Amino acid sequence: MDQLRDANWVLSVGTFLPLAGVLVMLFIPKAEEQLNKAVALLTALATLAVGVYTMTQFDYDQAGKMQFVAETNWISVIKSTYHIGVDGISLPLYFLSMVITVLVMIYSWNHIPSPGNPKAFLMLMLVLQTGMAGTFIAQDLILFFVFFEIVLLPMYFMIGVWGGENRQYASLKFFLFTMFGSALMLVAFLALFFKTGAESFAIPYLVENGGAIAKNTQVWIFAGMFIGFAVKVPMFPFHTWLPDAHTQAPTQGSVILAAILLKLGTYGFMRIAIPTLPGAAVEWAPWIGLLAVIGIIYGALGCLAQSDMKRLIAFSSVAHMGFVMLGISTLTSFGMNAAVFGMVAHGLITGMLFFIAGSVKERYHTLEISRLSGMLQQVPKLGWILGFCAMASLGLPGLAGFWGEFPAILSAYNPADGLSEEAFRVYMVIAALGTVFAAAYLLWLYQRTAFGEPNPEFTGQGDGHGHHHGDGHDEVHDVNTLEWIAWTPLLVAIVLFGVLPNLMFKIIDPAVTTIVSGFGG
Amino acid sequence: MFAAPQAAAETAAVALKSGWFLDNAWIIPVIPAVAFALIILFGKKLPMKGSELGVLSMVASLVLAGGAAFQWIDRVNSASEGQYIEPVIRTWNWWQSGGIDLSIGQHMDGLSLTVLVVVAFISTLVQVYSLEYLRGDRRYTHFFASLTLFSAGMMNMVIADNMIQLILGWEIMGLCSFLLIGHWWEDKANSRAALKAFFTTRTGDIGLLAGTSILFFSANSWTRENLGVSGFSIRGLSAWALSGSPGSVAITAGAFALFAACIGKSGQFPLHTWLPDAMAGPTPVSSLLHSSTMVVAGVFLVARLFPVFYEGMNIYGSSMNFITLIGGITIIIAALLAFVQDDIKKVLAYSTVSQLGYMMMGLGAGAWLPAVFHIFTHAFFKACLFLAAGSVSHSGSHHSFDMKKDMGGLRKYMPVTFGTWVISTLALCGVFPLSGFFSKDEIIDNVGYAGYDIFMIVGLVGAFMTAAYMTRATYLTFFGEPRGVLAGGHHEEEHHDVHDAHASDHGGHETHASHGPHESNALITVPLVILATLAVGAGLLNAVPFGEKWENMKKWVEPRPVVVGDVDRAAIGELRGFRTADTLPPDTVAITEVIATEDTVVAGEEVVSPDTNMAPAPLMATVAPVEGGEEATAYAYGEGHSTEAGGYGDSHSSVCGKKTPEVGVCHAPYVKHAPFKWSKAALSTAIVFLGIVLSWLVSVQLYTRKRGLVVGLTKRNRLLAAGHGFLVNKYYLDHLYEKVIVRGVAHPIAKGAYWVNQNILDGVVNGAGHGTKGIARWVYRNVDQRVVDGAVNGSGTVARGAGGALRPVQSGKVNQYGALLFAAAAVAGLVLIIINT
Repeated sequence: MDQLRDANWVLSVGTFLPLAGVLVMLFIPKAEEQLNKAVALLTALATLAVGVYTMTQFDYDQAGKMQFVAETNWISVIKSTYHIGVDGISLPLYFLSMVITVLVMIYSWNHIPSPGNPKAFLMLMLVLQTGMAGTFIAQDLILFFVFFEIVLLPMYFMIGVWGGENRQYASLKFFLFTMFGSALMLVAFLALFFKTGAESFAIPYLVENGGAIAKNTQVWIFAGMFIGFAVKVPMFPFHTWLPDAHTQAPTQGSVILAAILLKLGTYGFMRIAIPTLPGAAVEWAPWIGLLAVIGIIYGALGCLAQSDMKRLIAFSSVAHMGFVMLGISTLTSFGMNAAVFGMVAHGLITGMLFFIAGSVKERYHTLEISRLSGMLQQVPKLGWILGFCAMASLGLPGLAGFWGEFPAILSAYNPADGLSEEAFRVYMVIAALGTVFAAAYLLWLYQRTAFGEPNPEFTGQGDGHGHHHGDGHDEVHDVNTLEWIAWTPLLVAIVLFGVLPNLMFKIIDPAVTTIVSGFGG
Repeated sequence: MFAAPQAAAETAAVALKSGWFLDNAWIIPVIPAVAFALIILFGKKLPMKGSELGVLSMVASLVLAGGAAFQWIDRVNSASEGQYIEPVIRTWNWWQSGGIDLSIGQHMDGLSLTVLVVVAFISTLVQVYSLEYLRGDRRYTHFFASLTLFSAGMMNMVIADNMIQLILGWEIMGLCSFLLIGHWWEDKANSRAALKAFFTTRTGDIGLLAGTSILFFSANSWTRENLGVSGFSIRGLSAWALSGSPGSVAITAGAFALFAACIGKSGQFPLHTWLPDAMAGPTPVSSLLHSSTMVVAGVFLVARLFPVFYEGMNIYGSSMNFITLIGGITIIIAALLAFVQDDIKKVLAYSTVSQLGYMMMGLGAGAWLPAVFHIFTHAFFKACLFLAAGSVSHSGSHHSFDMKKDMGGLRKYMPVTFGTWVISTLALCGVFPLSGFFSKDEIIDNVGYAGYDIFMIVGLVGAFMTAAYMTRATYLTFFGEPRGVLAGGHHEEEHHDVHDAHASDHGGHETHASHGPHESNALITVPLVILATLAVGAGLLNAVPFGEKWENMKKWVEPRPVVVGDVDRAAIGELRGFRTADTLPPDTVAITEVIATEDTVVAGEEVVSPDTNMAPAPLMATVAPVEGGEEATAYAYGEGHSTEAGGYGDSHSSVCGKKTPEVGVCHAPYVKHAPFKWSKAALSTAIVFLGIVLSWLVSVQLYTRKRGLVVGLTKRNRLLAAGHGFLVNKYYLDHLYEKVIVRGVAHPIAKGAYWVNQNILDGVVNGAGHGTKGIARWVYRNVDQRVVDGAVNGSGTVARGAGGALRPVQSGKVNQYGALLFAAAAVAGLVLIIINT
């Protein structure tokens, strides 16, 4: 334990380092765009370096335990402490947030969305990184809440300022919706605090004492948390902010939103709601499972109805997060492992899909599926990458998506004791049906955008109409170096985790087992 | 790193031989997988654009597979009589999660090696053939990459040690079929066919996922306890199924779910519709995917997990079960469709569907070995037929596959193609002594023998139809007068197969347009000749009519249904399961007694065949006189039982299937073998010849003389016209799927769901926002401005604070809305908490 305590600075540094970058950037004039970008990227890289160091120092044999724990007074009036730590569930997500931020920074090097101003854009991104990382390491409910809320603001501005035509509506909706959920969540946190004797907000303490709360009360407290987290996930029927936010957000925003932000909700379920309120979890699980499978089918149907590529990908998130929630709702360690794996896999794959959508938009100035076609001919590399990601997303074995999806389906056959087997077996079949729908909308997307002959709208410009050349975007070029740099790590990870799923299961499993054993599930 | 090979034989038996090839068979799929990666990464830079890597990897796989097969034969020969031949299983840990761990590895036995060798062999020839056939194609490298990955997927599936690994291979094949069928994706029809193939099989795969889950959780504790393997393990599931411990619901549900996946993958009714469309792919793809590998995957899965289906589908239990039913329907409906096709590849596609129906029907009727043998023989002659069709289009008919428009009389120009086609056609029809005879006839024979009488008739009718439609296709292609492009009339461009437009872009094919039909070159004819040779000879590997010495496949491939482990002999005689001693027909009980007295007689060559009256062993001779009558199908399991007890006293074994071993486990159920009768063979041969002759006569009338009774019959007779229309429209199944189901889900349902999303769910959200805003405005106007402002006049500062708090609400700033919602939610939440405390 001493060894663990010795290194307990790493998490704080890893979390707050981006803020140092923000501080530096404050003093750099807005006009110095390259310098601003360089500082932001360096900060993100330094943060990632700390993250890598954390990974190397992490004791994988004790992945079930909190490590690098730091605990110090914070707001003593309300008995909230600065209490942080990571275990096998937090670590992959914590690290993923750092990786994604770096990749997004790299991508931003020449992709600052209109209306420009990289300084503000990148500063917001760094603040976002702090919020995301903090959420995954917080071991105190108030601290968790603060980080959870910190995330909102930068994302609100990212969508509201750098978003598409309908950005005002989308950003407002995103903000209010999440805020609404957070409010109920905070109430639930407070109730939990008071019901456990108003002693501490520390999660370990609450896990220990939460089970003693009367079941009826637990169910109500859980309801508050449920809404808070379900909005974030988002679960049906709280998902309607997501397609708008995703569609309107700049590419970078969409990637971060899909890769990390959605996981704050599922993470909250696993870290807080279920362990602290085990009695309520059992009561709620069938309903969560039901909403999860509704989300799977509903999200898929939503995808099938889309004519916009980005909006389709956004809806697919609803379906994929349904698989994650289905895994969680089984309350078994197998299901929860699948869920954590699913979170990371979805982060990698859907993040990648949003990157592609961004690049398609940049090249064709449209994401209208009916206008895109023959990408494989015009931009073969981009087309193949899209195909690869579509295959990963529909859960092809050998790629990362499968290990989130199939085990979740499998786990539903045999949920934890006390849960209705019949109900969950029905969920299993519905979820399995969802995989067919996933194949349908992704392949349909792929067939229409990548196969066939290129749309003459985008090909004739080179020789036919000379007058159209002014904007400098007429030439549809294939994947460029910067995109390769930003994407390769994700593509490699999708294959790597697909082939060697144990790389992740090994880390997650002990931590999940700890959680599940906490309530004898 | 390596787990110890689990091939530990039981104490009583001799140690089984193995060897390097057999122990390391897992390398076989790894080679093409690596080759795939290399082709993708470096293929374009290589002198032959990556094709050399593909071909080499196939040759290497073939060599290793061949070596492993020979070592397996050695292993079988090293076993003592009646000893269970443990498969060579090796596993490595793949992942662990939540107390469930999964390995990846190899499960090598007769079945996996048979299919493995076939796959490697056909893949090699197809790749060689493709060197010429796709020369100049714009995606030559991609083609070879996909083809190689496809083989890797199939090989991985075949050697899979467990269900997850099997699913991995299964889905990789799905992916590759998508890529290969849609190889010329510029054309919408091709990409639609690719989508259809992937999507249809994926629909069946719901069953694969669900069935694997059901079986895993039902079997896992038993397999852990008894075999130390997980409930995903093929070996574990097989033994579990025969152990008597599975509940009938679980195993039935599991078997049905898995069979749904097999229906999708193996093109069985009613999910066969993707297979003919899949002919949109290049011909070598059709040959590889749709004759000998991918579509065989479903059949393979049934054969692989035969014990599960045996118990779950109650094989031998009655005169019909779901598998035979689906197989039987498939045989007939596909064969009927083959008659109305003008595209030569589509005839072959429906023929494949029909033949897969035979395999399924055979498996469903417990004719395990004939079905597996039919996989083996069918692979050769069907691959040959497809490649011959490709050769016709490549060098004969200017890339057309339309038999009616662009073929005819080609036998003069393409003698090798013609010869190999005819040989393979005769093999397919099951003409003695070509290979199809030995497998197909055995299926029909055994189906009848096992009591599935209706299906035996179905099989015979199917054989007649097969002979007839193949004769029609042969006639149209090779006989009669040259038509269309062959006759010199370059009548239309649009009838040329779509992909030629792309292929000829690159000049590779343009030259052909200038000369007439000619024989293809050696890269095409050599694979044809090799395949045709095997179409002739492959049947001899299990030539039942020639006596037991010729039944090598049976010896090498069929798993021996013996109890492994210590056997409590007292329990052996006890019958359990669906038949008990007192329900046995009196005759069989008598037989049981007779045989029981022969306790000391040592059994002959046969491991388990109390029903083989051809067997020379004395024991079999005892049984023979009672056989053959009506009772033949009703013989008891007890009989086999006692026979074994007598025959294999030293190895403590008993016959498996339909009853529970008291001690020890079973790995394979007991299967029946029909005794061969020349009379039955003569009957089916006569039926086949009748089919050929009738079809020939009709074809001459229809296509050459164009007169006589049959010409225009479908136009004159309303009933026949309706039937013809029904067939031409493929039973309207495509309409049902595409126009009704897919369009229904994709359009009204998806659109409806989206409408609900936008208008109702979002309406609630927006309504809540507007409502809050409205309330706020009302509060501001009525409370703030009137009440509070009124009070301000009296009391001052309070109102200013309140007004200040509420006024911004109206202004539409997000933070204020947020604060308001937050506060409202907090109050509501607190109320709830208070109520509940």
